[in-house]
Amino acid sequence: MIAELGHFALILALGVSALQALLPLYGWRRGDARALAAGRSGALTQFALVALAYVCLSLCFVNGDFSVAYVAANSHTDLPLMYRLTAVWGGHEGSLLLWMLMLSGWTFAVSLFNRNLPDYITALVLAVLGAIGVGFLLFMLTTSNPFDRHFPVPLEGRDLNPLLQDPGMIIHPPMLYMGYVGFSVAFAFAIAALLSGKLDTAWARWTRPWTTAAWMFLTLGITLGSWWAYHELGWGGWWFWDPVENASFMPWLVGTALIHSLAVTEKRGLLKSWTVLLALLAFALSLLGTFLVRSGVLVSVHAFATDPARGVFILAFLTVVIGSALGLYAWRARIFVTTGELQFLSREGLLLFNNVFLVSAAAAVLLGTLYPLAIEALNLGKLSVGPPYFNAVFVPLTAPLAVLIGLAACVPWKNSRGRDVLRLMRGPAAFAVVCAIGLPFLLQGRNTLVAVAGTLLATWAMATAGQELLRRARSHRVLAQGLASIPRGVWGMSLAHFGIGVFVLGVTHVSTFGAERDVRLAPGQEAALGAYTYRLIEVRGLPGPNYDADVGTIEVSKDGQRLAVLQPEKRLYRAQRNVMTEAAVDHTLLRDLYVALGEPFNNGDWSVRLYYRPTMRLVWLGGVLAFLGGLLAMSDRRYRLAQAAARAPDPSASAPA
Amino acid sequence: MRYAIPAALLAVLVALFAIGLTRDPSKIPSPLIGQPAPAFTLPTLDGTTLSASELRGPLLVNFWASWCTPCLQEHPLLMDLSRQGVTIIGIDYKDAPDAASQWLARHGNPFRRIARDEAGRAGLDWGVYGVPETFLIDASGVIRHKHIGPLTRAVWDAELAPLLKVQP
Repeated sequence: MIAELGHFALILALGVSALQALLPLYGWRRGDARALAAGRSGALTQFALVALAYVCLSLCFVNGDFSVAYVAANSHTDLPLMYRLTAVWGGHEGSLLLWMLMLSGWTFAVSLFNRNLPDYITALVLAVLGAIGVGFLLFMLTTSNPFDRHFPVPLEGRDLNPLLQDPGMIIHPPMLYMGYVGFSVAFAFAIAALLSGKLDTAWARWTRPWTTAAWMFLTLGITLGSWWAYHELGWGGWWFWDPVENASFMPWLVGTALIHSLAVTEKRGLLKSWTVLLALLAFALSLLGTFLVRSGVLVSVHAFATDPARGVFILAFLTVVIGSALGLYAWRARIFVTTGELQFLSREGLLLFNNVFLVSAAAAVLLGTLYPLAIEALNLGKLSVGPPYFNAVFVPLTAPLAVLIGLAACVPWKNSRGRDVLRLMRGPAAFAVVCAIGLPFLLQGRNTLVAVAGTLLATWAMATAGQELLRRARSHRVLAQGLASIPRGVWGMSLAHFGIGVFVLGVTHVSTFGAERDVRLAPGQEAALGAYTYRLIEVRGLPGPNYDADVGTIEVSKDGQRLAVLQPEKRLYRAQRNVMTEAAVDHTLLRDLYVALGEPFNNGDWSVRLYYRPTMRLVWLGGVLAFLGGLLAMSDRRYRLAQAAARAPDPSASAPA
Repeated sequence: MRYAIPAALLAVLVALFAIGLTRDPSKIPSPLIGQPAPAFTLPTLDGTTLSASELRGPLLVNFWASWCTPCLQEHPLLMDLSRQGVTIIGIDYKDAPDAASQWLARHGNPFRRIARDEAGRAGLDWGVYGVPETFLIDASGVIRHKHIGPLTRAVWDAELAPLLKVQP
């Protein structure tokens, strides 16, 4: 009964979203105020219905209703309650429902917070979001209905994929989806601008907080994904250039470019058509990510679980959405041509460079991800493109970005004199040089050329971010007052840039100074890795709620002093008979000691993987700082003021152009 | 004109994807095609043993398990084929014998004989990615065809039946 209620709610939501897509458009063309306003109530109704469907599916999981095929495929009577709730998005159908819930949530938020935009802009934005909703709901109802019943009803479910039974998995996909779906708002604003022909400072100011919001969720989602892979996959790596990871990274790169070009469009009224294109591309890549992961076009030995009908639907949907958006762009973008001058040595000039590098990096990742597909489509065989390609292409394309981060902080808008810039750069540059030479010695006891270069870039970005804040604060007599007067947007930007510096520092040191070893240990034996000694105490069996584990106890010491006792696990999940590795990590800010159990030998010995990962935490700390920076920037007072200003009647904004 | 470049690039991508979608991801070419079936000697469900040298076809070797849902999907077809006289050897992959017996009792047994590959060793030698996978063995014990994923009537008619020269 609950499943049918959910199914019914989804069907109703499809009807509502169709109305939400069509009525405001009609109202806009005909000047009908009532039809124009329909988007808002549509957004509320759609959100309520999709939320109802989501609650219904969650209830099916909590009750263990195995007559619902999706529940039977992803749950089990022994599955703990927490994982039953997260199992809702553990498979294809449910993750689509989560996608849809977020889309309707974002739509509802737009209708709620943008009460002060001109009516026709809100209406167009909601109509575009409604149209996307129609596509996704149709997809779910025709090919991937999570509420489908099946017969005979199995006595027991197949259990949630053990890889997903991890705390990191609880929040990683929702964050990632919030980011993916969030770019739909920027997309809708871009379409509204193309349709209405109105793209001014106010448009950029409306679009910015939404874009930043989507970006920060995506940032956190990717960071969590990396953290999860590190703990759960047992290979001690934090990024694998896997197609699924790339799918989330491409929208991030383009979204980052969009955030920066929006700043140029707002402050200087330049790069308008470019900004619109980026807004379209960020969402296009989000959809592409969904397509790649869901259709089985790429990879995967488990691809036979995917249904080709789904692939065809997503491809058609992708073609319609992105095709019509880019078609509209080809037709209308001409009207956004601006004649303003753009100096190289100005903030907007450097931001343009930033955009070039970010978009090239995204293109390089896209190429690497799709190249195997192209080779196969052209009958040239099967191949996969691995980390060597990505590292070789990606690092040179992104290293200049770290230089630009610092430069842009020293260079004002419009134009500037080289001498002033040099004067501002001096301090941070000297600081970075000292750090580049000294810091690796201080932290790792040695230095290499790569470490010098990486540390230089990292500390340069961190120092200039700090300098910008100090410079602004000094303009007041009291430092605290000065700091308080800095707008949150600037705080957010500096924090995010500082975070990127922390991230680069972490990546440089972990990839230069990390060490690893595969050893065979009998209980009581020990192995050395760098300055650390790992001793295997014992391995014993321990049953968990829905798995049986071998738990190893490994003592790590340095200079005869015990640092940590680690308990890595090897779990055999009973329902799917899957073996999972749970690595154990002892971490401080500056180093991780990481241990994973390999395979047992017949005589009771175990193969054990030992890792020493310096500054591993900084990689994720950088991501979290960037997320917090986005959060701060989004809450800037200016955006609320902009809304208040828009509330005042503005004759130029009330009629569709 | 330059504003149309993104749309043109999209068209190329879509064409690429469309071609990509017509490819069946389950057609990963097996190096075993044309090779003799990899050797194994495994216990069977009824307590005897089965070794690869006994596989003289034409027959099908089907890797399956009681925990595998796609196996249930192809199961009616296997039942049908066995009734029409096709010899099917089952290899119960990473499965508990009790669970396998119960599964067969409940859904019916299409298999002439069933070997137990509890550790998945034979599966490894045969290059099995997951279950179900079906191999066609000819009269001299050579693998002629491999199908990944559940068998369907269409796959049977188009790919396996012609090779087996049996008209069901």
